[in-house]
Amino acid sequence: MQVSIHRTVKKNGTSGIAEPAWVRYLLLAVALSFLTLFLMLPLAAVFVQALDKGWEAYLEALKDPDTFSAIKLTLVAAACSVPVNLVFGVTAAWAIAKFAFPGKSLLITLIDLPFSVSPVVSGLIYVLIFGLQGWLGPWLQAHDVKIIFAVPGIILATIFVTFPFIARELIPLMESQGREEEEAALTLGASGLQTFFRVTLPNVRWGILYGVILCNARAMGEFGAVSVVSGHVRGSTNTIPLQVEILYNEYSYAAAFAVASLLAMLALVTLAVKSVAEWKIRQVSAAE
Amino acid sequence: MSITIENLSKNFGNFAALSDVNLEVPSGELVALLGPSGSGKTSLLRIIAGLEHPDRGTVLFNGQEATRRQVKQRKVGFVFQHYALFRHMTVFDNIAFGLTVKAKAERPGKAEIRDKVARLLKLIQLEQLAGRYPGQLSGGQRQRVALARALAVEPEVLLLDEPFGALDAKVRLELRRWLRRLHDEIHVTSVFVTHDQEEALEVADRIVVMNKGRIEQEGTPSEVYDHPATPFVFDFLGSVNLFRGRVHAGTAQMGGLRVHSPEHATADDAPAIGYVRAHDITIERVPGEGGAVSAEVSHLLSVGPLVRVELRIAGGDTWEANLPREEADRLQLAVGEKVFARPRKMRVFVEDYQI
Repeated sequence: MQVSIHRTVKKNGTSGIAEPAWVRYLLLAVALSFLTLFLMLPLAAVFVQALDKGWEAYLEALKDPDTFSAIKLTLVAAACSVPVNLVFGVTAAWAIAKFAFPGKSLLITLIDLPFSVSPVVSGLIYVLIFGLQGWLGPWLQAHDVKIIFAVPGIILATIFVTFPFIARELIPLMESQGREEEEAALTLGASGLQTFFRVTLPNVRWGILYGVILCNARAMGEFGAVSVVSGHVRGSTNTIPLQVEILYNEYSYAAAFAVASLLAMLALVTLAVKSVAEWKIRQVSAAE
Repeated sequence: MSITIENLSKNFGNFAALSDVNLEVPSGELVALLGPSGSGKTSLLRIIAGLEHPDRGTVLFNGQEATRRQVKQRKVGFVFQHYALFRHMTVFDNIAFGLTVKAKAERPGKAEIRDKVARLLKLIQLEQLAGRYPGQLSGGQRQRVALARALAVEPEVLLLDEPFGALDAKVRLELRRWLRRLHDEIHVTSVFVTHDQEEALEVADRIVVMNKGRIEQEGTPSEVYDHPATPFVFDFLGSVNLFRGRVHAGTAQMGGLRVHSPEHATADDAPAIGYVRAHDITIERVPGEGGAVSAEVSHLLSVGPLVRVELRIAGGDTWEANLPREEADRLQLAVGEKVFARPRKMRVFVEDYQI
């Protein structure tokens, strides 16, 4: 008897804040079908199309020398831009979160610039600076330095479009952690560097991983800015996204999707690592 | 190590956190900086630690100029209100931190560090929790770890910023008694900041009462409590009743009360304020000796061992009196009854000391 009363109370307790069951199911169905239609289906389509002509053709497409060089260039661009942005992001976040200095809000705004500018414009900026008709173009040509339509330009454009990721992730995290642990380290006799490497950095390590993963995904997947500075030289200045476009425009669908499937897999790995990092960050801040 | 503060001032923008503060903390004493929030006590503590820099004035350690010394050269232990333990390190690593960051030449060996941390864990009675992370400890345990961490580097001064402020009442009481016993054992010069007068009165050798960036009074707990130098100190230490009137040639006239006030023997009909602590008011059923005023009980509230009585005085004033429970029971007070109230002790300040 008492149990049943208890149950009734509990049921009333939840129904007070929840919608009727049919509303909940309807909302769930709408959300799920939307996800299926716009996210799951295209993702599945990429892999289906890629394997349309069987495994052999799939592997053959990836072995193509131009494609292979595109993969290599993408890895080089990511390997250059992620470390640069890691150093920049950590220093900028540290300075912004832990110190007060003039120009701080300007710096925060500037960090967001690549997010607010169209990637095409980001690419054009470099063409205007380093291109033949640009400010530094004649000088660079005189000294035989190639930046635009060459690998350095691609790396510069990639660095530009990906630089907010790590800083943006770390600033709120570091701000929420405050300065007290660093002050404690100082009073215990630690130097500035010891404090940074033994206290500040370990406290944000999951945030750093999260930022690096997002930064890497964008570095490998960037199309617009890279497209402007690349010049689309086959086997030399094409990255994976550019190669996908070329193959697609040449009606080699299977090959285009095979290369695209690499980016899709990168996305899946990114999501998985990102979930783990998010979970860890939540765990660390819950422990506080 | 003794600490001397000379003419210290600190502003944050337009806000004067400290103005012209002078203070002497003798070696080996436990001193409380007591004051409301915004009184400058934490700023003073952080300047002593080197975490903040004064705009003017000097800090001397053992008579030696230390104002420009770096934090790490000051040999101070600092305990934060919110513990500031390193969240990614175990209790053991937290306590060992100060030893492991020493320069190679001074750094003790691994075994020595282990022994020292074990001794400190024993001191704070947390031997079994060496492998835990701060997030797995209670507030009281965290603060004890923070203390052990500060003591590990054998500081010459221990500075504590509201060390018990974030703890619940019972743990707070235990921990402050523990701190007092600890200090009696190790005698390291200690300064702690608090806004809790009871804490300061119970724990400290000396109390420095601060208000609006200045020191109002300093002295032993009984000096500060029994002989408040200013109206602010009187008001801050315990609940008080305020009387307005005039003082002339050593006698104060406050409403219906005449109070002997020898310290104002030269006063010439000056406006004055009288302070009477709530527990310095006697309530009687009969008029008794002179000085009693007739009053009506308007409110009664039992607070633990005390009974708080609100009295409405004939002139319209309201007094608050705190009686021990037995005293209230003996009088059998009830709301609406007529009684006689008499301040046993009044401290009179001439009015230029405006609060």
